[in-house]
Amino acid sequence: MSGLEETSNESSELKEDNDFDVEVEGHVEVDYASDPFRLYMFYRDRKEWADLEPVPQDDGPNPVVKIAYSEKFSDVYDYFRALLKKDERSDRAFALTAEAIELNAANYTVWHYRRVLLQALQKDLREEMRYITDIIEEQPKNYQVWHHRRMVVEWLNDPSEELEFIADILSQDAKNYHAWQHRQWVIQEYKLWDNELEFVEKLLEEDVRNNSVWNQRHFVISHTTGYSSPAILDREVQYCLNQIRKAPHNESAWNYLKGILQDRGMSSHPGLLEQVLELKETHCSPYLLAFLVDCYEDALENNNQKETLNRALEVCEYLAQEKDTIRKEYWLFLQRSLESRFGPSAASGEPLADGTEPPAGQQELS
Amino acid sequence: PVVPSGLLLCCRPAAVKPRAAMQHYRFLLILLPCVCLPRPTLLREQHYQYLKKGLRHLSDSYECLDASRPWLCYWILHSLELLEEPIPAAVASDVCQFLARCQSPTGGFAGGPGQHAHLAPTYAAVNALCIIGTEEAYNVIDREKLLDFLWSVKQPDGSFVMHVGGEVDVRSAYCAASVASLTNILTPKLFEDTPSWILRCQNWEGGLGGVPGLEAHGGYTFCGTAALVILGKEHMLDLKALLRWVVSRQMRFEGGFQGRCNKLVDGCYSFWQAGLLPLLHRAFFKEGESQLSRQRWMFEQQALQEYILLCCQNPAGGLLDKPGKSRDFYHTCYCLSGLSIAQHFGNVDLHHELILGKEENRLAPTHPVYNICPEKVAQALQHFHQLPVPEADQRHGASSWVGPATGFRVQMFNGG
Repeated sequence: MSGLEETSNESSELKEDNDFDVEVEGHVEVDYASDPFRLYMFYRDRKEWADLEPVPQDDGPNPVVKIAYSEKFSDVYDYFRALLKKDERSDRAFALTAEAIELNAANYTVWHYRRVLLQALQKDLREEMRYITDIIEEQPKNYQVWHHRRMVVEWLNDPSEELEFIADILSQDAKNYHAWQHRQWVIQEYKLWDNELEFVEKLLEEDVRNNSVWNQRHFVISHTTGYSSPAILDREVQYCLNQIRKAPHNESAWNYLKGILQDRGMSSHPGLLEQVLELKETHCSPYLLAFLVDCYEDALENNNQKETLNRALEVCEYLAQEKDTIRKEYWLFLQRSLESRFGPSAASGEPLADGTEPPAGQQELS
Repeated sequence: PVVPSGLLLCCRPAAVKPRAAMQHYRFLLILLPCVCLPRPTLLREQHYQYLKKGLRHLSDSYECLDASRPWLCYWILHSLELLEEPIPAAVASDVCQFLARCQSPTGGFAGGPGQHAHLAPTYAAVNALCIIGTEEAYNVIDREKLLDFLWSVKQPDGSFVMHVGGEVDVRSAYCAASVASLTNILTPKLFEDTPSWILRCQNWEGGLGGVPGLEAHGGYTFCGTAALVILGKEHMLDLKALLRWVVSRQMRFEGGFQGRCNKLVDGCYSFWQAGLLPLLHRAFFKEGESQLSRQRWMFEQQALQEYILLCCQNPAGGLLDKPGKSRDFYHTCYCLSGLSIAQHFGNVDLHHELILGKEENRLAPTHPVYNICPEKVAQALQHFHQLPVPEADQRHGASSWVGPATGFRVQMFNGG
């Protein structure tokens, strides 16, 4: 997933902790695997950095959640802290931010500093675009890299590479949340709506179950034509039903169908209920049945009929006991709720929510 | 494979009523290479050792979380409190002193000493300090500066950036509302227009996205909903649509929750998604809904407990996303938090437990808004509400608000 827990997105790739402590005070072995010819030189040994006193991290005397940093990590960050303390605005500082980022791309303090330097040193933003393109390709599930790209695009006021770049990231992970967020921002900010529905259709052909694409479909249409016109609404309803016929157990298509109709009256779309009841014979699914409940509920709101209520309650029962038992508590709640709202008066001794009978006193009142 | 019902009965914990669906057990049998499903056991001792060690030392594989160290404190401390393992006073004091070093001179907490303040580690640090709950812990927080920090990240449209010069999404509103309410620095002005911004995040699916327009997602839905609950504005959401969306995120085979429609199950959503049900239950109750259950949340509590206990535990300690993934403290925290939600049903008057497996699997209850234990929430509120709400120095704020800071009565869950 990309999103919230991506503060620890890397966590799922973390190797397990060692069973014994790794002390860092003493000398730690050089990592031969990544630098077999010992080409890398620590900043502490570089002549051109000799004027700067490194600043060790102030974890205090009894640290907690103490990370056993590699020698390289400590060295780079000791010098980063030194630069930050001085507020040094130099090319060597700029170069060091790239090293710090490579060691931990989630360090937002380093990214902020890099942006300060980009402006202070009047760095070439086209080159920065190339840099951030590479970084995102390597680490596409990180918040900071996408935010940085957005800043550079804003400074350049040039979105011309964005749709193609994002499409490339999506070709590797078609549900990358950050990528879709960036895409929506670019499209909205620079009014690049023209080809997006076509892009959506292409991706839905590749994977009709990609919910992110269904969301993008809704995003594009609601911000362009809208769903008010009967022509558009009908086109979308037909599109959904076609996708449902091809893949009846695709929850996204059913959710989209409900999503576009719910504020417009589900039962008001001509012939829809009949079409769905037809589909029930050959393309039944828990999603179809849930959609039926929603149609009946909508119908009841406009015209409370006993027969409609009974059908609704029946489908809820069917879902709760047979077809969607994982949601039993919900379907039974909905059933009780429908009964309460549309059924004969509640003061008739009907069972309470937890299956117990109301106290006798209450029954006498009815 | 069809499971003979006799086998199931011998495996099924006596305390739990038999469920009608066989498909869930079928999934678990495919997953677990044993003939009989064992009574699920929470590996308390192993998790305790993993957490105890991590609170002090972490391998270099945690370099990627070097800007999230208050999170590590919170994930570990919350896991320990759910397991009802006491924190030695010396350790607690060390955590306080470390978090004090993470506090920024301009207010708020950073991912590590010397870094810039950020709403996420601020949320984590305040929660961790409230879990510790000592005077020393509460005194670490510079409330006046914290308020300045919140103003400095407030946007004119009601949203918050995560840090100065950073990105906007609905997590920030939750982090801000959580720390402001716990430490009693909340004013109506601070959150002016925030509820309406959050509401824009609810989409056609019924859940909430990170920003308006985005796909509904469990983490963001939790943050937006919990923030609105804190601000007393949860009724502005389309609660029915949200309820339908979240209950649909429970996987019929795995029993756990997915983060988004048509994606895979992940143990962490045991909290982000299932944790919404207590919030919605309370919201419906406040609206006068008469048909709510008095014993159960509106998700399949047993199935979630089974998923967590049978599929999300590392035998060496720690919990995880799904089988085959490696353990980490984030998943340990949220799998255990979800397990607690699934075990405890609570209302203002009622508390009903449903413990899968032995009684020793029982965890402490957690507060569904803040995700720390309810006693710690009450204790923190009690402590900070004795203090005056600071007067905000808004010179560095994003916009120029005028007027005195007034007290604000915080909506308390279950009376605090």
